[in-house]
Amino acid sequence: MEQPSPSDGSAELGDSEECDSEECDSEECDTEECDTEECDSEECDSEESSVYSGLEDSGSDSDSPGSREEEEEEEEEEEEGHQEDEEEEEEGAPGSPSCPQTQAKGKRKSLEDDSPLEGKQDLVVHDEYEEDSSDEEDIRNTVGNIPMEWYQDFPHVGYDLDGKKIYKPLRSKDELDLFLEKMENPEYWRTVQDRQTGAEVPLSEEQLELIRRLQRGNFGDVNFDPYEPAVDFFSHEVRIHPVTNRPADKRSFIPSLVEKEKVSKLVHAIKMGWIQPRKPKENVPAFYDLWAREDPNSVLGRHKMHVPAPKIPLPGHAESYNPPPEFLLSPEEKLAWEQQEPSERRLNFIPQKFRSLRAVPAYSRFIHERFERCLDLYLCPRQRKMRVNVDPEDLIPKLPRPRDLQPFPTTQALIYRGHSSLVRTLSVSPSGQWLVSGSDDGTVRFWEVSSARCLRTIPVGSVVKSVAWNPNPSICLVAVAVDEQVLLVNPGLGDRLLVAATDQLLDSWEAPEEERIQPVRWIPASPEERGKGIRLLVQHDKPVTQVTWHGKGDYWASVVRNPGGRQVLIHQSSRRWSQNPFRKSPGMIQCVRFHPLRPYFLVASQRSVRIYNLLRQELTKKLQSNCQWISSMAVHPGGDNVICGSYDSKLAWFDLDLSTRPYRLLRHHGRAVRSVAFHRRYPLFASGSDDGSVIVCHGMVYNDLLQNALLVPLKVLKGHSPRLELGVLDVAFHPQQPWLFSAGADGTLRLYT
Amino acid sequence: MGGLEKKKYERGAATNYITRNRARKKLQLSLPDFRRLCILKGIYPHEPKHKKKVNKGSTAPRTFYLLKDIKFLLHEPIVNKFREYKVFVRKLRKAYGKSEWGTAERLKDNKPTYKLDHIVKERYPTFVDALRDLDDALSMCFLFSTFPRTGKCHVQTIQLCRRLAVEFQNYVIASRSLRKVFLSIKGIYYQAEVLGQPITWITPYAFAHDHPTDVDYRVMATFTEFYTTLLGFVNFRLYHSLNLLYPPKIDSQAEDELKPAEGKEYAMDSESYLERLSALSASLARAVAPTHEDEVEVDEFPVEGETAELMDAKKKEQEALEKHKKLFEGLRFFLNREVPREPLAFIIRCFGGQVSWDKSLCIGATYDATDPSITHHIIDRPRLDKQVVGRYYLQPQWVFDSVNAKLCLPMADYFPGVLLPPHLSPFVTEKEGDYVPPEKLKLLALQRGENPEEESEEEEEEEEEEEGDNDKEEEEEEDESEKEEEMKLQKMEEQKMEEQKTQSKVLPVKVTAGKVRLEDKQRLEQEQQSEEKRLAIMMMKKREKYLYKKIMFGKKRKIREANKLAEKRKAHDAALKEQKKKNKKARQA
Repeated sequence: MEQPSPSDGSAELGDSEECDSEECDSEECDTEECDTEECDSEECDSEESSVYSGLEDSGSDSDSPGSREEEEEEEEEEEEGHQEDEEEEEEGAPGSPSCPQTQAKGKRKSLEDDSPLEGKQDLVVHDEYEEDSSDEEDIRNTVGNIPMEWYQDFPHVGYDLDGKKIYKPLRSKDELDLFLEKMENPEYWRTVQDRQTGAEVPLSEEQLELIRRLQRGNFGDVNFDPYEPAVDFFSHEVRIHPVTNRPADKRSFIPSLVEKEKVSKLVHAIKMGWIQPRKPKENVPAFYDLWAREDPNSVLGRHKMHVPAPKIPLPGHAESYNPPPEFLLSPEEKLAWEQQEPSERRLNFIPQKFRSLRAVPAYSRFIHERFERCLDLYLCPRQRKMRVNVDPEDLIPKLPRPRDLQPFPTTQALIYRGHSSLVRTLSVSPSGQWLVSGSDDGTVRFWEVSSARCLRTIPVGSVVKSVAWNPNPSICLVAVAVDEQVLLVNPGLGDRLLVAATDQLLDSWEAPEEERIQPVRWIPASPEERGKGIRLLVQHDKPVTQVTWHGKGDYWASVVRNPGGRQVLIHQSSRRWSQNPFRKSPGMIQCVRFHPLRPYFLVASQRSVRIYNLLRQELTKKLQSNCQWISSMAVHPGGDNVICGSYDSKLAWFDLDLSTRPYRLLRHHGRAVRSVAFHRRYPLFASGSDDGSVIVCHGMVYNDLLQNALLVPLKVLKGHSPRLELGVLDVAFHPQQPWLFSAGADGTLRLYT
Repeated sequence: MGGLEKKKYERGAATNYITRNRARKKLQLSLPDFRRLCILKGIYPHEPKHKKKVNKGSTAPRTFYLLKDIKFLLHEPIVNKFREYKVFVRKLRKAYGKSEWGTAERLKDNKPTYKLDHIVKERYPTFVDALRDLDDALSMCFLFSTFPRTGKCHVQTIQLCRRLAVEFQNYVIASRSLRKVFLSIKGIYYQAEVLGQPITWITPYAFAHDHPTDVDYRVMATFTEFYTTLLGFVNFRLYHSLNLLYPPKIDSQAEDELKPAEGKEYAMDSESYLERLSALSASLARAVAPTHEDEVEVDEFPVEGETAELMDAKKKEQEALEKHKKLFEGLRFFLNREVPREPLAFIIRCFGGQVSWDKSLCIGATYDATDPSITHHIIDRPRLDKQVVGRYYLQPQWVFDSVNAKLCLPMADYFPGVLLPPHLSPFVTEKEGDYVPPEKLKLLALQRGENPEEESEEEEEEEEEEEGDNDKEEEEEEDESEKEEEMKLQKMEEQKMEEQKTQSKVLPVKVTAGKVRLEDKQRLEQEQQSEEKRLAIMMMKKREKYLYKKIMFGKKRKIREANKLAEKRKAHDAALKEQKKKNKKARQA
């Protein structure tokens, strides 16, 4: 709140501006009056002034003089019309103090100065000066608009116009003085301090009234009536007289050129057909008989290619609101359903039962399901898939019935018990009367086939890796591989003459004149060993894993576990002579066989089988087995077919005339195939595996080269119980009968007939 | 060697396919527009046989369209309309931005629109094609017609959907082509047979939708746009095939009947007309007065042998169908207010019944609850205080079950407050080896005309059940004869065990040695056969073996599931019986 100056007590503080402006307005009107019309047209002026002053007051309290001037100008312009006429007269009058209009606009103040009327209201004019010269209302203190706290510590509060200090009133008033003053001075409540001068000023009645009015939110001016009836100039009522007497424009009498131009443009556009009338909305029915003329030609090629979207599967009983009780999920099933992925669920909802139709709620995923269907329709790739509508029976190959392919071993006939540990190997005598087996318990046992009696047991002291009965019926000799030795044993079974002849054959050896360097040492058996039946010991430098005889019965081959070095040795028992056929070893050798008819030697390494011609000393063929690790190999007595068993439970049948790849890869066994065997006379072959089973197959080889071999599995023989992950370790056929022997990890040998 | 070097991926499969993005660029469309175009034109992605080849060596997942399809889209007039629309939107935005209201108004007046008539014709060159693809269209229209009139999609679309759905329902009533209905937990399935084509659609239960947020309503709206066009044309054609007026008019006679019932004006005329139509209680006006000689008698041709049998069967089928169509003929139904009115009114009218409801429930009620001529009163509350003599009070499931059974089922099971028999799906036709619920068996017997005697005493019931068990076993035996031997063997064993069990139950010690021996022989034979088979399977090629195993796995699973269901049922029945016995004992004590 601004402080009133003590000098003009009558002047009102907050109101001062308004009052001033009002006064000023009236002043201006006055000046105009005097400017324009000497002959006072009082009524008109008073009307105007009242109207405009009212408007201005309400509109802008703190109007700057500039803006006021603008308004003035407008007024003047309006008035120009009728002023113009009189202007000449005015100018004509020399004694008048009036000036031309232009001057009046720019230098109103000077004009006002000159006007003689001012003398009447000296004070007011003086005030106006002050207001005009500065924003501040009074300049009793010249310090300017600064925080008055800066003068807190000084005795004065500023300087007056003459540069004299304005001293603060003596402020020795303490609380008591204040109280006393409050009690004594009836004016105390209306006394305020002028911050400019520090003087205490009691407020006048008018000022108080003003404050009260403002506090109430009323208008500052007492005389102002905000609810004055509005006088509208432009009412709906038609007046006889114009509001202004300004003559009409010329352009309101003559036709408009711009319009003409526009119209002519439009007319031209219509003429040229650029503008056309808006087409009426055609009122054709939305639907009609679209397929009225079904044209067979309209069926495009596209439609033949079209893959119609599959229809949504129809609901089953489970979806019913009241399904049979068996279709409801048990708690476990419900749990499983909840844990499944939504895409894996067989039902996309949980079956529920409601007692009545009334109780059925809305299905919350209804919109979802429709939406998913939409997505399927436009996003799902479609592909025409041939439905495999085959009868599974048709897939099974039509094979000759096993019954028609008899004879083959079908049942387990005998069990040869005696070994205390797993039986690694077995061999049948060429007569088919005896059987030899080697076991991990360090013995070699000779059995009579028909009675399952153990006739002889030869302890050899170590694990027997391989036994092989000489295939020549005129020689009774068995090769036994033990550790680093191969023992040639004469079991002394059967014909005495034969036994004697064999011994004689072995003993007829005479040491050659010049000693040849041999890879092995041939050691004649000591008398003690001779008593056991051992005739010769062939000492190798590494453990021997396999021995195999040539068909003639003189040569035999042994495989030595000697990676990198020589692994295969071919021996001639009659001459006690050994040789190493290969300079280089083709990987780890698993198994070797002599070809039954031709001078071929088959060597199975880990993944392939090599066939060497021994006469010409060259590699004839290399068979790729497609297996990971060959375990065993057998040659068909015809000589043109080879089978290989592998540790990855496959059995590969090679047709040597056909290809170096397997003709057939049989995956019959569940586990590693340990050994395979061909029958010498019947078209049979067998494979023994770690799963404890022996599978007998019919393997018919035709003389006709155009016809491939016929392989038919005939029988799965089970008997051996797997032990230590090992099942059947060796299989062999009886030379004459369709019988099969098998050696198992359970320490038994079995005969199947 | 002459000739140009042939580059990779410029021949063969790679040139027949185009990725979605490239297709979009070729068509110069934005993704939403492309999507819309694909939906309207029915273009779908294709799965190439060798994805890597088509994808130019990359294995990134991509959707492929046939290049031919995209080329086909290139000269589609609608594509241009899409572009025009884009321009229109741009102009409109500009006009609004500049506050040129006049321009905006003019632009809005000239808003580019497109019609889908030619697309419908192109996608469905024959009417039957259109009918075949009507399932989704109907389901969608019925869904959209239940949407609230605010948000989600245009009110006009919803109204149009409602109109078309009601029109279709009226057609089905007029042609009596409804065949099957099913109350599922998802909604109500209907199946109608129109021109020999089965058309199935689902309607949601009449509840407000809880609109999910993860559903793109624009996609659905585009589909609906096409479907409404399709359905409109189909309706037109269907109405004309029955000589009905299209747009449908209520029969003047029926209209007169309806008028006085209303009393005062119900709503605006245009609205109330649709409402009256959707009440489904009045028959429709025909363009040509129906004559009863319309139905063509099929001439009989002299035929022999198998054809004659076939003809006979066909004739019988036809008769059954006619009978089915007139299932509710002459019956007067009244629907209580808690019963879903629309589905039931629709079904009852489809089978020739007359139906009414409380006047305050819906427009179109023809008679009052007190009408003495009412024969069936459908009610879905446990009991009714005031029962009128001379009518059956039934639960709504009776209507549905009767329609599916093609005969009016005995009503005792469906009285109010009674525990309802299970509601079975009519869409399931059990094949051999499938599980058949006992209710279905009973129903089949009813259809065959056998009337299973009402069980009065528990002993009888038990006996019957045992008989049922035996029947089942026999059936199983029949089934097995076709099944593979391996199964057979197992089953045989099981069966034998079961037989032994049952025998031991009934006659404790009467297993003769001779019999066993006899069976052994048979069994031996079978064992041999099964082994032969096993050996033959061993010789199968890898691929065939895989296929075979897959098929067998599916079969076995099916059997397993059927067995599981049967077991569950057995346990349930046993538990029920136990409960009954207990109750009885308690009553006796």
